[in-house]
Order: sequence, then C-alpha cells, then structure tokens
Amino acid sequence: MNALGITAHAIAVSLIQVIAVVLGAPLLVGLMRQVRARMEGRVGGGVLQPWRDTRKLLRKERLDPDGTGPAFRTAPLVGVAVGAVAAGAIPLAATGTALGTSVDLIAVVGLLALSSAWLALAGLDTATAFGGMGASREMTIAALAEPTVLMSVFALSARVGSTNLPAIVAAGAANAGRLASPASLLAAVALAVVVLAETGRLPVDNPSTHLELTMVHEAMVLEYSGPDLALVELGAAMRLTVLLGLWSSLFAPFGIATGTGPGALLLGLVVFAAKTALLGVLLAAGEVFTAKLRLFRVPELLAGSFLLGVLAVAASFFLN
Amino acid sequence: MSADAEWLELACGVFLLAAVAVVWRRDAAANARLLAVQGVALAAIAVVLGADQHHPELYAVAAGVGVLRAVILPGILRRAVTARAEDRESRPLMNVGASLLASAVLVLLAYTAAAPMVRLENTSAARALPVGLAVVLIGLLVLVTRRKALSQIAGFLLLDNGITAIAFLAAAGVPLLVELGVSFDLLLAVLVLRVLSNRLRASFGSADLDDLRELHD
Repeated sequence: MNALGITAHAIAVSLIQVIAVVLGAPLLVGLMRQVRARMEGRVGGGVLQPWRDTRKLLRKERLDPDGTGPAFRTAPLVGVAVGAVAAGAIPLAATGTALGTSVDLIAVVGLLALSSAWLALAGLDTATAFGGMGASREMTIAALAEPTVLMSVFALSARVGSTNLPAIVAAGAANAGRLASPASLLAAVALAVVVLAETGRLPVDNPSTHLELTMVHEAMVLEYSGPDLALVELGAAMRLTVLLGLWSSLFAPFGIATGTGPGALLLGLVVFAAKTALLGVLLAAGEVFTAKLRLFRVPELLAGSFLLGVLAVAASFFLN
Repeated sequence: MSADAEWLELACGVFLLAAVAVVWRRDAAANARLLAVQGVALAAIAVVLGADQHHPELYAVAAGVGVLRAVILPGILRRAVTARAEDRESRPLMNVGASLLASAVLVLLAYTAAAPMVRLENTSAARALPVGLAVVLIGLLVLVTRRKALSQIAGFLLLDNGITAIAFLAAAGVPLLVELGVSFDLLLAVLVLRVLSNRLRASFGSADLDDLRELHD
C-alpha cells in the first residue's frame, strides 16, 4: 500500500472494469441492435457487428475537414478517455475501485458532462449547419438534464450522509430494504430518464436515424470518418455501458463485490455484465414501442423527471 | 420504522405521484385512470391508519371511499371522454413543463407550511400530512390552468382527494356520517360538471371553457 492508500487489488479492480467496459460496450450496442432487429422482423447484423464495423473503420485513412481545429481532432479521444476513467472509477463490479474515496457522484456526472461538451465543441468546430444544430440541441438537453441529476444525487446521498459513490453503493448493497423506499424509487425513475437523455436513446434522440431534422448526437458526429468515427462510436457505447452500469449499481447493487477476494470480483463482473445486458435488452425492447418525442416536448419530459427528483429529495428529507 | 409506517409512506407516495402524473398527462382517459389509482391509494391510506390506530370504523370508510373514488368517479369521467382529439389539453394556460415545475414548488411549499404541524405530533401520519396538502395545491393548480371541462373535473377531484387525505392523516378520518355527506356532494358535483361539459360540447362542439367568455341569448 502506498501513501494514497491504493492497494494492488483496487488497481486490479479498476483495470478489469476498464477492460470489461471497452470490450463489452460494442457488444452491448450490438445486442441492443440485434434485439431491435428481431422484434421488428429483421435478421439483424449479429451481436458482433459493431466490432466488425470498428475493424473496418480502423483500416481506413484519417480525414479532417478543412479548417477544423484541435476540438474536432481531440473529441474522439476525450470521449473514449472519459469513458475509460469513469469505467475505472465507478463501482461497477466491485465497490473497491482505485479512485476510492475521491469518486464523488457529482464528479462522475461532471466527467460525463465534459465529454458531451467536448463533442459539442467538435460539432461546432466543423462549421457545418448540422454540426451546430446538433451541438445546440445536445447542450439544451444536457442543461435540462443536469438539475435532475443533482436532485437525484442529493436524494441518494441524504440517506448515506455522503456523496461518495462507493459508500452509496455499499450502503445499498448492505441494506436492500432501503432500495424500496419511496425516495429511492423516485430517484431511480428520475435518473432513468436522465440516462436516456444523456445517452441519446429514444424518446429523446433516435440513435439509428440520419434524418436531417431529428438528429441530435448523429448531427454532431456527421463529419467524422475512419478511425475517428470508430473512436466516437466506441466512446458513445462506453458512455451507455457506464451509465447503465451506474444506474444498476445505485438501484440494484445485487452481487456487487464488496470484499477483496478474486472469486467475489469474478462473480461481480459476471453479475455486472448480466445486469447491463438485461437493462440493454429492456431498453431496446422498449424502444421498439416508443416514438421519438418532438424536440419541444423533451423539456416537458425532463421537467417531469426534475419534479420526481425534487419529490425524492423531499421524501428523503421530510419522511425520515 | 414499523411496517405500518412503511405501508403508509408507500400509499402516500403513490397518492402524490398520481397527482403529479395528472399534471403531466394531457389526455382525459389517462387522467381518469390516474385518478382511479389515486382513489385506491387513498383507500389504502385509510386502511393502514385503521390498522395502526385500531379504528374499525375506518375500514368501512375506506371501502366507501375506495368504491366512490377508485371506481365510480373515474368511471363517470371516462364515460365522458370521447375518442376525439379535442379532449386533449392541447393548449393549457400554463405549458406542461412550467406546470410541473410549479408543482415542484407547491410540494416544497406544502412541506414547509406543514412543518409546524409535523413538529406538534411526530407520528408517521403527521409526517405524511404535507402529501395531502401538496395534492390540494396541485389540484388547485390544475383547476386554474386547464381549459377543458374534463381536465377541470380532474383538478376538482384531485383537490377533494387531497382534502380527504388530510382529514384521514390529521384526525384519523371524519365521522362516517360527515364523510357520507361529503362523498354524496362530490358525486353530485361531478355529475353536474359532467352534464355541463356535455351541454357545452353539444352547443360549441368542444368542451373548452374559454368559449364561455361571452353572453348569448
């Protein structure tokens, strides 16, 4: 153990989580596309299709549009780097990650906001109409989602007395009865809406469209090609995996490793993969039956989730 | 925390959520379903309080409240819904996002205003009192900001559900006779509103109360 109190085990936990997320994120996206395809009566490309796409894109030449600056060039790297740091910091498979006590829920939210802000800058950097439109929409949605996140964080941290993520998850794993309390249920619904908005899923954004007027995320990344596009897609997939994992760790922390044994860690990893896959399948199945909201109705949805967040805070402060 | 207190918390949570969802949804059929859910939650509050404070009379009141507010009143509302687009609250006076934020403020206001009462008697029923107050305020908000007659009936029912919940939580229910009288009044009021909205629709083709601005002969 060194001065920071980081054990070799904690480093191993973080490394394993990062590797699992990097390898697993495209598979999750592939699984979700496959579920959607089957439910819509198509054959689908298979679970491995995103990896095949990545391989194809990585062989291509890098191209920068004329006049783009550092924001455009660094955004794919920032996206993947933020995803990797978040995957290493958030307790996904085990609570003892290497960043330990410094993993604040607010810091993680800020980290994820950094990557979406950077991508919006990249969208503006291309100076195309679509890039700017997508960036403006993405920032609108992010700004509306942020208050909900803070409210849910307050509701979750009030009962633990700390905004430290491993502490919240460990408290939830130790006392499952708390997860069924009204405050926790309200916060779960509020954060679920935010996860949908932040990862650009239906009904906020349609991930499979390239229709000009409805794109949000796709509009920002329209100018990317080749290896950069592969990185952007990987970053988006990691973001989805990390947010689904974070949600399941907060509201269904069953099977997460709280000890230090390798067996528990392995079990935690398997359970994490199963939970994330289950959430992904549910999300994809739900998307088959959902239409995209009009852009001007999105604030209503997010105001609703904000209200649920406020009610969660009220319930956790006043009812206890 | 005892099991009773947890059930009470859960019932009050559903009660408040149904009120918030009425603000959120625009179409009258969904609002009728939500009011039925709220009626069930209200009956559950009465049952839990009856079990907690050993008031057998409350079970009878709960049954009456349940039948009236979970079945009859939403049923009347649902029958009034025609499957036409004009029953949707397409242009409320305050848009839905703003009304949701306003309800958040109202909930906080209810908690603040009820704080002295909660301090007075720190039981689980008293701690849930702000929920009833919040539903009353949200009902008023719906009543004031919606244009269609059916949405206004929904707001009126919210208001009355809130008042009944406060009666249960603060005083373990009013005497059976009074509760019967109030329920009968409520039923009559909803029937009259229903007839009114039908007459409105017959004369104007829609149940938009803004059409009632001018006098006709």
